[in-house]
Amino acid sequence: MAFTIKVDIVSAESTVYSGQAIGVFLMGELGELGIYPGHSQLLTRLKPGYIRLQFENNNEAVFYISGGFVEIQPDIVTVLADTAERAQDIDQMAAVEAREQAERLLQDKQGEIDYATVLAELAQATAQIQAIARLKKKLR
Amino acid sequence: MSTSKDIRSQIGSIKKTQKITRAMELVAASKMRKAQDRMALSRPYAQKILQVIGHIANSHSEYRHPYFDIRPVRRVGLIMVSTDRGLCGGLNLNLFKKTLAKMRDWQKDNIEIDSCLIGNKATAYFRRLHSQIVGQATHLGDAPTVADIVGVVKVMLDKFENGEIDALYIASNEFINTMKQQPKVEQLLPLPSAVHELSGQHHWDYIYEPESKTIIDILMRRYIESQVYQGVVENIACEQASRMVAMKSATDNAGTLMEELRLAYNKARQAAITREIAEIVSGGDAVA
Repeated sequence: MAFTIKVDIVSAESTVYSGQAIGVFLMGELGELGIYPGHSQLLTRLKPGYIRLQFENNNEAVFYISGGFVEIQPDIVTVLADTAERAQDIDQMAAVEAREQAERLLQDKQGEIDYATVLAELAQATAQIQAIARLKKKLR
Repeated sequence: MSTSKDIRSQIGSIKKTQKITRAMELVAASKMRKAQDRMALSRPYAQKILQVIGHIANSHSEYRHPYFDIRPVRRVGLIMVSTDRGLCGGLNLNLFKKTLAKMRDWQKDNIEIDSCLIGNKATAYFRRLHSQIVGQATHLGDAPTVADIVGVVKVMLDKFENGEIDALYIASNEFINTMKQQPKVEQLLPLPSAVHELSGQHHWDYIYEPESKTIIDILMRRYIESQVYQGVVENIACEQASRMVAMKSATDNAGTLMEELRLAYNKARQAAITREIAEIVSGGDAVA
């Protein structure tokens, strides 16, 4: 039996792969890495790209990841994959988006958020109509 | 008779309502199972990152990441997680009550609050309060992605790094079981120093590519993001569980209501028949 190394590919949303492999090939930030059992401890960022796993029976499996980290220990490789393309400017845009949405919320007094107030008013009006209807019934 | 007709139409409308609540109960049950799975799936990532962070923190005792710094608290950040839709019992309200109590404590200590809102319900509720809203994310759906919450988290992390806020909290529901959901307000930042002692002493260190500081910076951000993501996913599981229970009791209530009405209907019908017979008999007596 050949030497194998445990491979875990996890993302914040799910576990993508977990199992044994002979070798792992991936794109680190500073270049391509080929990892076999007994590799020294290493922590590096990953570029968006493919992770290729080699199995005992000469089979292969390929995963695409959009960046992340890999933590390597002699007997285990853990890929912490990002779920979406992440870059400083993309994150920044998302933050701006979240902030703008909050600002819109504060300014926009008649927007869809006022739904709650409208609902409350509607409930009040309905209650009034019901009360009037009941009064009319009694008078009749 | 008008009364028996009224009752019949009322029974009809309750029956329709019951059909809807039963359908919602079943839908919530299946969605809850999926949300629970998603909750379990997101856990290994956070655990692994925590391990790595613990290790780095241990082997670089001279470098303290700003996320571990405990500063005097003048202003806090609050990430408020809520559901997008209603009809889920007291889930949101219980959480808001708990959070408001916490906010009142802060205000007593003259601590100001910046809040980020996730979900429509928090938006509708917190708009009426006088707290600073600095970020918002709504319409996440049943299966939110990390990308949906990145913006909100980034706003808060930037504020923490710039010293605008001195602590970060997240308010969300904890899924205990189908019948029980617990509202909780937890501290995210500064990280409890327990993380430091997590992995014990090591006699080796990683080879870092690129340097360790860059890596730990990003890992920290990812960790907080995954924590918030987990909170959101857990809250969705809570929402579905709570909706399931609420809809089940609504269905049961509709059943009892219908039984009572049916009894009233039968009584009214029998009374009408008896009166008719009495009228006929007395009419016959008068003729004879």
